Amino acid sequence: MLKLPIYLDNNATTPLDPRVLEAMMPYLTEVFGNAASRNHPFGWAAEEAVDYARDQIAGLINCDPKEIIFTSGATESDNLAIKGIYEMYAQKGNHIITTTTEHKAVLDTCKHIEKIGGRVTYLPVNSEGLIDLAELEAAMTPQTILVSIMYGNNETGTIQLIREIAAIAHKHGALFMTDGTQAVGKIPVDVQADGIDLMAFTAHKMYGPKGVGAMYVRRKNPRVKVTAQMDGGGHERGMRSGTLNVPGIVGLGKACELAKQEMAADAARLGAMRDRLEKELLTLEESYVNGSVERRLPHVANISFKYVEGEGLMMGVKDLAVSSGSACTSASLEPSYVLKALGLSDDLAHSSLRFGLSRFTTDEQIDYAINHVKEAVTKLREMSPLWEMFQDGIDLDKIEWAEH
Amino acid sequence: MAYSDKVIDHYSNPRNVGTLDKNKKSVGTGLVGAPECGDVMRLQIEVDEATNTITDAKFKTFGCGSAIASSSLATEWLKGKTVDEALAIDNMEIVEELALPPVKIHCSVLAEDAIKSAINDYRVKNGMPELEMAKSHH
Repeated sequence: MLKLPIYLDNNATTPLDPRVLEAMMPYLTEVFGNAASRNHPFGWAAEEAVDYARDQIAGLINCDPKEIIFTSGATESDNLAIKGIYEMYAQKGNHIITTTTEHKAVLDTCKHIEKIGGRVTYLPVNSEGLIDLAELEAAMTPQTILVSIMYGNNETGTIQLIREIAAIAHKHGALFMTDGTQAVGKIPVDVQADGIDLMAFTAHKMYGPKGVGAMYVRRKNPRVKVTAQMDGGGHERGMRSGTLNVPGIVGLGKACELAKQEMAADAARLGAMRDRLEKELLTLEESYVNGSVERRLPHVANISFKYVEGEGLMMGVKDLAVSSGSACTSASLEPSYVLKALGLSDDLAHSSLRFGLSRFTTDEQIDYAINHVKEAVTKLREMSPLWEMFQDGIDLDKIEWAEH
Repeated sequence: MAYSDKVIDHYSNPRNVGTLDKNKKSVGTGLVGAPECGDVMRLQIEVDEATNTITDAKFKTFGCGSAIASSSLATEWLKGKTVDEALAIDNMEIVEELALPPVKIHCSVLAEDAIKSAINDYRVKNGMPELEMAKSHH
């Protein structure tokens, strides 16, 4: 029996893999020591667990375990990387380049940098969500210290041309940072091959626990340093003070180990499932995929259904836990800035649904989702005066609407 | 957001969805709202000239659950009412009936506007002067 609602919002967060929980359990109970306690076995056991996790994580992204700095999550890692670089490299310059479709953790951090005197360039994206490499090259200046461009987009799954971007940044003497939150554990991310100097990622997007993440910081060619944003005991090579979240770190490590083993098989299975979902939903007239179809995370689909309203659509797909392009924050109904950056009109951005599949998603759930969305869209269109006008060949742009 | 049971009922089982022949002299059509605002309502009434009574009402709405429910409820209320009685329908009655939260009051306003707009369309078609529309709540 299918359990409702069906969770298809795995870009927001994933469930904890039972194997991850199992690995964490001892560290929530008997092995409770502080990893910084050097004088007794309780501390040693905790430190050993943390070191083991560092190895597991390093194995997934192909780095040295010493290059992993533990944080509370990707938001903290984004903040620490950008603010930390801005402070550490102030002598060299004050210019940062990013994109308009970054997560708020990067965008709002960049706004903060602007407030304290830095200069930030926000590169636009094309209709597929990709930046123009020539525009990046043109934006580089001798004062550019950092290029921060996300690996895979959280709303559309679009994967940027990471290696090319890194090469351009390095050619002009800047560091390259990426927000790898959605990509790490889902597709191969190799900080050496990709040319990544700093990267933010988190456990709870890859079947690990919430409240723990990491920042990768390159130690060689070049040696990258960030100024700590929190004062305290000088943990994590002085870059991030605070007692280590040992059970969380063990969970992140286990999640990375499982990802390394199962990523390829998961990606193939979820990609096929996503493609089937998408193909079926696109049989509905006037439905459109948002973002790049070619360069995309395998488990993500973002589709707009024209002539149905977003909030009504969300109500109609009540058996699914999905996200919509309407950032429905209390009273205001703001369409997604990411979809708007792709060139979507407000109404098309509002009427979009984001599907995020997981390791635990089944074919049966996808079958249900296909029928449920089709039914909701069809029903709402039968109720929609705009759909009727469209069917009658009326150009909606030529109507003088009574704005209210 | 939690919707009231009545909103969910109208959303799930909307009353009087459909289209009346807008070219008929006895039919008045009101089209209000705008796609970029997220709500468009089209409300139609058919009026029996002899008794000045609304014999049929249909709607189509592009909008959230509350907008769909407001227009569905409006068509239910309109049937059997005289045009004058219909004009007296106040948006706050819709708010009360559907238990709309403050952020959804504009849905009821839109429904009231749609009623008045449909009546005006009927009046103009039948040689009567257009009524002043109260725009105070916009």
